[in-house]
Amino acid sequence: MTPLVSLKGLTRDFASGSGFLKPRRVMRAVDDVTLDIPRGSVTGVVGESGCGKSTLGRLVLRLLAATSGSVTYDGADIGSLPPAALRAMRRNMQMVFQDPYSAIDPRYTIGRAVMEPYQVQRIAVLDPKARLAELMAMVGLNPGLAASYPHQLSGGQKQRVGIARALALNPAFLVLDEPTASLDVSIQAQIIGLLEGLQRDLGLTYLFISHDLSLVRYFCDRVVVMYLGRVVEVLPQARATPRHPYARALMNSHFEPDPARRKTVQMLRGVIPSPFNLPPGCAFAARCPAATALCQTDRPALVTGTDGHQIACHHPQG
Amino acid sequence: MALLTVTGLGVAIGNVTPLDGISFEARKGEILGLVGESGSGKSLTALAVMGLLGRIGGRVTTGSILFDGQELTILAEPAFRRLRGKRIALISQNPMTSLDPIVRIGAQIDQVSRLHLGLSKPAAKARSIDLMQQLRIPDAETLHGAYPHQLSGGMKQRIVIAMALAADPDLIIADEPTTALDVTIQAQIIQIIVDLVRDRGLALLLITHDMGVVAQACDRVVVLYAGRVAEMNTTQAIFAAPRHPYTASLIACIPAHDQPEGTLLGIPGTVPGVLNYPPGCRFHPRCARAIDVCHAEVPVLQTLTAGSVACYLQGVPA
Amino acid sequence: MSALRFLWGVARTPRGAVSAAVLVLVILCALFAPWLAPYDYAIQNLPGANTSPNAAHWMGTDEFGRDLMSRIIHGARTSLSVAITAIGISVVAGMTLGAMAGYFGGIFDRVVTAVVDLTWSFPEILIALLLIAIIGTGTESIIIAIAIAYLAQFTRLTRAQVMALRSETYVEATVNLGAGHAHVIFRHLLPNAITPVIVAGMLATGDAIILEATLGFFGLGAQPPTPSWGAMMSSGTAQIFIAPWIILFPGAAIAVTVIAINLFGDALIDALDIRNRLREV
Repeated sequence: MTPLVSLKGLTRDFASGSGFLKPRRVMRAVDDVTLDIPRGSVTGVVGESGCGKSTLGRLVLRLLAATSGSVTYDGADIGSLPPAALRAMRRNMQMVFQDPYSAIDPRYTIGRAVMEPYQVQRIAVLDPKARLAELMAMVGLNPGLAASYPHQLSGGQKQRVGIARALALNPAFLVLDEPTASLDVSIQAQIIGLLEGLQRDLGLTYLFISHDLSLVRYFCDRVVVMYLGRVVEVLPQARATPRHPYARALMNSHFEPDPARRKTVQMLRGVIPSPFNLPPGCAFAARCPAATALCQTDRPALVTGTDGHQIACHHPQG
Repeated sequence: MALLTVTGLGVAIGNVTPLDGISFEARKGEILGLVGESGSGKSLTALAVMGLLGRIGGRVTTGSILFDGQELTILAEPAFRRLRGKRIALISQNPMTSLDPIVRIGAQIDQVSRLHLGLSKPAAKARSIDLMQQLRIPDAETLHGAYPHQLSGGMKQRIVIAMALAADPDLIIADEPTTALDVTIQAQIIQIIVDLVRDRGLALLLITHDMGVVAQACDRVVVLYAGRVAEMNTTQAIFAAPRHPYTASLIACIPAHDQPEGTLLGIPGTVPGVLNYPPGCRFHPRCARAIDVCHAEVPVLQTLTAGSVACYLQGVPA
Repeated sequence: MSALRFLWGVARTPRGAVSAAVLVLVILCALFAPWLAPYDYAIQNLPGANTSPNAAHWMGTDEFGRDLMSRIIHGARTSLSVAITAIGISVVAGMTLGAMAGYFGGIFDRVVTAVVDLTWSFPEILIALLLIAIIGTGTESIIIAIAIAYLAQFTRLTRAQVMALRSETYVEATVNLGAGHAHVIFRHLLPNAITPVIVAGMLATGDAIILEATLGFFGLGAQPPTPSWGAMMSSGTAQIFIAPWIILFPGAAIAVTVIAINLFGDALIDALDIRNRLREV
């Protein structure tokens, strides 16, 4: 079966400082990402701030235009769609945003915000009240909240509104951009539970972006690890053991809720290179415990193993 | 021996009482975790111990805070000022705002030991560099003359920790010291803090919402819910056999190693605001095991052979 | 309507109450001038010229014997209508330019910003005088001159608001729903940006009254016999030692009106809690 979404050589540069007397500097936020997202699967993208994972999510939805490379949704290259066709295409692909606090217009009631997708897409809804109640029930919100304003809701409730808005147009594909990062752990677990249920019931395809490897391993079918704009490892099964030293370090940084499994954290020496001035070799070399002279000079290519495990490292672990 | 003993602490802001009956002990050479969701009263407890309630218009109404034999609730502000920074130090959540952006970081650390220990300029500088090296800050002598904006978030947090240590305090209060940091950096900072407490025999009050961090770092745990103590015990005991349903739910919010899919549930609802504290046990509206008495009567914090718990289900098997 | 209820709330604070009472009085004068004024503002009575205030003429008469109070009441009409019309045009044009510049960015934004910064560095009076020199005198001319003189302020303010709001997640979320530019601008950006602009517009109306009076003082505004506070003060300068009330009462009318507007605007800023957003300019 063909993948629902397919990324080929996706690259995005950001320029800064092209002002008076300031040299123009270019930063490559996403560098040559090639990835297939199979239908009905949950693909996790994990990495720390500045690794380009949020930019990747926006490139996939073409909220940002790619510098080079392509995104294909169900066979259609969304980079070459004219504006009207792109707007229509957005019915199929939606996003849940990181910050539920600013994701709803403060002047909109919850009901108006949830129904805005139909207004934007100029879709007539036969019974708007019933549809609103249905959407709110779907995400576990009391329909009585429809007349409330965002500031009257808790963070978790707002994120449910964000999910309801994203689902209104019956999309097949959702980009979840750290949907729980600004919520309490108890609420995070609620929202992840909700997203799991929706994926199962509606057969959705997710691209789940997170900095939390343990959450990604729990929630996703497949894991993509990014470091400074590049994919360094792809785990075909979320619970496979990572082999890239950076992915190892990420895993080692998660503390289990179990005092019997305490860890000795290995200190990463060295500094994270500036994204404006990446080294010629592996971007992780400066902090990597396994780095050799080769890593400083030659950038490792992403190599696919027989089991579909992809890794970009001269010295994979294990 | 207990360095800090808080007994029956109640705090009021205006005419609401967000905290009541908070009791716990912090001992030398021990890390005490103060856990709960946002709105549980963790930071307010820290402010009370630091004598900083006045800044937010709050005051201690009942109970006592005994620090090394000295009653802090009746301590006058000038005396408190000599205590703060010198014997009780604070590491706050956001390293970005804890440092003065226009003062060199070295000078900011020096200032603490010059003020509280009366050191000369060169002695203070030598001490600061020594501290920075202990915190594994590379090239400490050069960085002593750097400005905050030249440092990464993780390095800045280490500087904030160095400032907290500069006057050789006995008690450190760390309020979510790693939430603003990246995962790998977060793990390293926790490791550094743990090593430090062990080496120097300090008492540490670690405020966090992350049960993973608690399991990794703490010796004993106080679980707060809606301004009251729900449960208190050693870390081993609390994870092995949580007695309060809230503690059990909080632990269950973090996906454990190899947790099966679809089993992350979270805790329904949210922490009530101080104006909406329910009668009886404040957790009962979110508690799956609540019985009639929980709705009406406030459960007392009973001390058991090991630890204490405020729950009517004590002794009732789950 | 909630906006009216909000204004009522502001008018019940001490500062709001005093200023609102004055403003209502001035507006009533402007609206009902022909009925409120005791005399015709244009009828001359040379034998009764320069009469000091008395029972028949509460504010005295001017150098042509015209009743000063009637002229001040009619003058409110000129002042307010010129100031409000000019600022109204300025606000609408400034919001349009500012929103487009802030939203679309690029070359258009650079040009708008450059022009705005250029005009911003000259006093409004200079810009207004320059424009009047080009388009000529008269009521319409000074309305256009004042509107353009204040354009930079509203363009800057709207642009700053829109730039700040553009990075709000809900804007990106709406684009992601497939919304076009018009939906984003009119349904999200402008409704959220409008409050500080309206308040700034209200405060600028006070300044515009002074600017209109200044232009009137130079004889560039409404032409005689139409009464204008500025022109009245101008003619009063010649009589300042014989009949000081001729310059005093119109001056007081300007001062009281402008102070009332500023006080009410200040009360609004506090009630809306938008002082920071106004300072962004």
